[in-house]
Amino acid sequence: MSASVKWRRLVSNFMLTLTGVCAVVSVSVLFFILGYLVYNGGTSINWAFFTQLPTPVGETGGGMANAIVGSAKLLMAASLLGVPIGFLGGIYLAEFSGSAVASVVRYAADLLNGVPSIVMGIFAYSIVVLPFKHFSTLAGAFALGLMMIPITLRSTEEFLGGVPRYLREGAMALGASKWKTIATVVVPAAYRGILTAILLALARVAGETAPLLFTAFGNRYWSEGWGQPTASLPVMIFTYAVSPYDDWHRQAWAAGLVLLGLILIINILARTILSRGIAVPRS
Amino acid sequence: MQASSKPGLSVNIATNTGAAGQGHLASLPMRMTISKVNFYYGSKQILFDINMAIADKRVTALIGPSGCGKSTMLRAMNRMHETVHTSRLEGEIQLDGQNILAQDVTTLRRRVGMVFQRPNPFPKSIFDNVAYGLRINGIKGSTSEMVEKSLRRAALWDEVKDHLYKSAYDLSGGQQQRLCIARALAVEPEVLLLDEPCSALDPISTAKIEELLVELKNLTTIAIVTHNMQQAARVSDFTAFLLTGQLIEFNPTPQLFTTPSDPRTEAYITGRFG
Repeated sequence: MSASVKWRRLVSNFMLTLTGVCAVVSVSVLFFILGYLVYNGGTSINWAFFTQLPTPVGETGGGMANAIVGSAKLLMAASLLGVPIGFLGGIYLAEFSGSAVASVVRYAADLLNGVPSIVMGIFAYSIVVLPFKHFSTLAGAFALGLMMIPITLRSTEEFLGGVPRYLREGAMALGASKWKTIATVVVPAAYRGILTAILLALARVAGETAPLLFTAFGNRYWSEGWGQPTASLPVMIFTYAVSPYDDWHRQAWAAGLVLLGLILIINILARTILSRGIAVPRS
Repeated sequence: MQASSKPGLSVNIATNTGAAGQGHLASLPMRMTISKVNFYYGSKQILFDINMAIADKRVTALIGPSGCGKSTMLRAMNRMHETVHTSRLEGEIQLDGQNILAQDVTTLRRRVGMVFQRPNPFPKSIFDNVAYGLRINGIKGSTSEMVEKSLRRAALWDEVKDHLYKSAYDLSGGQQQRLCIARALAVEPEVLLLDEPCSALDPISTAKIEELLVELKNLTTIAIVTHNMQQAARVSDFTAFLLTGQLIEFNPTPQLFTTPSDPRTEAYITGRFG
């Protein structure tokens, strides 16, 4: 064996090991975080966490029932804002706009996606909170909804664009107008991908803290309706984790686990929905 | 399988020659007429001054080498070419004496159906695929009866009647293509256009579809694009031979294949090029 072949083998083995180690490291970071969260959260979680309000400062016990409901309300309202706008905008982009318009909107959406979430919070603060002179669920949902728009828009556009031309032609050849073709063939063929993307967007904003700090603010009691400040899991985690009390630290871990659990449930729901219906086979 | 499908084919040829021998082109009623059609994609001209006609309740085949414009001609007949923005059509195409370019395009496509090169069932059940055209066109009547009728006409009913609600993608390629034919037939088109419907299929599936076409001409008018000359000879009553965007010869099929009037047709059908 010549020297150059030996050298190449050496380099090859070295690089193979290096890439392997990096892969293992990235996966183990994830598992370490998950394990740590499940361990700390699991030992701190109890029934009261889901059913009771936070206790006054200094008292131990209590729960975060109001934050769980608050997060649910925020996410629901955020979806009502972000999903229709993003979805319909995506349809326009994929099906109706010229390529010049599309590239401008696409670029703008990517920029919007890159805006730091704290800036979204400031924006929602100045647009919604200041005029109403009130922190509120709506203001928080506005900030989160804005963040959902670009993700939903881009993924809708991408999945609609991926629907093969021959399906559209099949519908049009039967006398379907463009709009009917989109509604009855193109969207149904792409809905799995679009739905997955929407749920991922939802999971992403579910964990956002910064946009909520000065929009939904926080609340140690139940928040009634949509115009009151509300507690949410991420903000509670932030508040409790930086507090000096051990019992609050414990509850912050529990809240982290619950948040993770919620996201997991969303994912499982998505997969269940996706496993039904008929997919277009890849070719 | 192979052996059993062969007698069917030879019968087809026999009936064809009989049918086409009865009347010459000029003596038949025409469903569609194509006059002075020039077609462009951007600045590139694809079709040059095409004049031909599609005879009522007959099969008309368009043959020619790749790129000769036969598919373009077919797609223009129900204005599917309009999905390409740079396309431009000059001249006139008439359906029952009326210019199709002046009509509402969705109504036109309901009257002139199309089956594509590659089977393209929707990601829906077998039933919903056939019912699709009925539903979007708001056609009244019992959907399930019409679905059954269409599937029977496409000779697919016996194979699928027990699993109508399964995915259309569970069917084989040949069955999918017959499903697409059933889907097109469901809205009872006056003309059915087929764009190389067998090019993605195996010989047995091809034989079934050819058999089907010969039966369907009692029901509707058919125009078929094929790159397979034997297929044109087997199923069609009239054949148009196109070459580099020009209509070289348009005659009853037996005449075109036995005594072609143009030397280029003869060169093509005897396999000297193409």
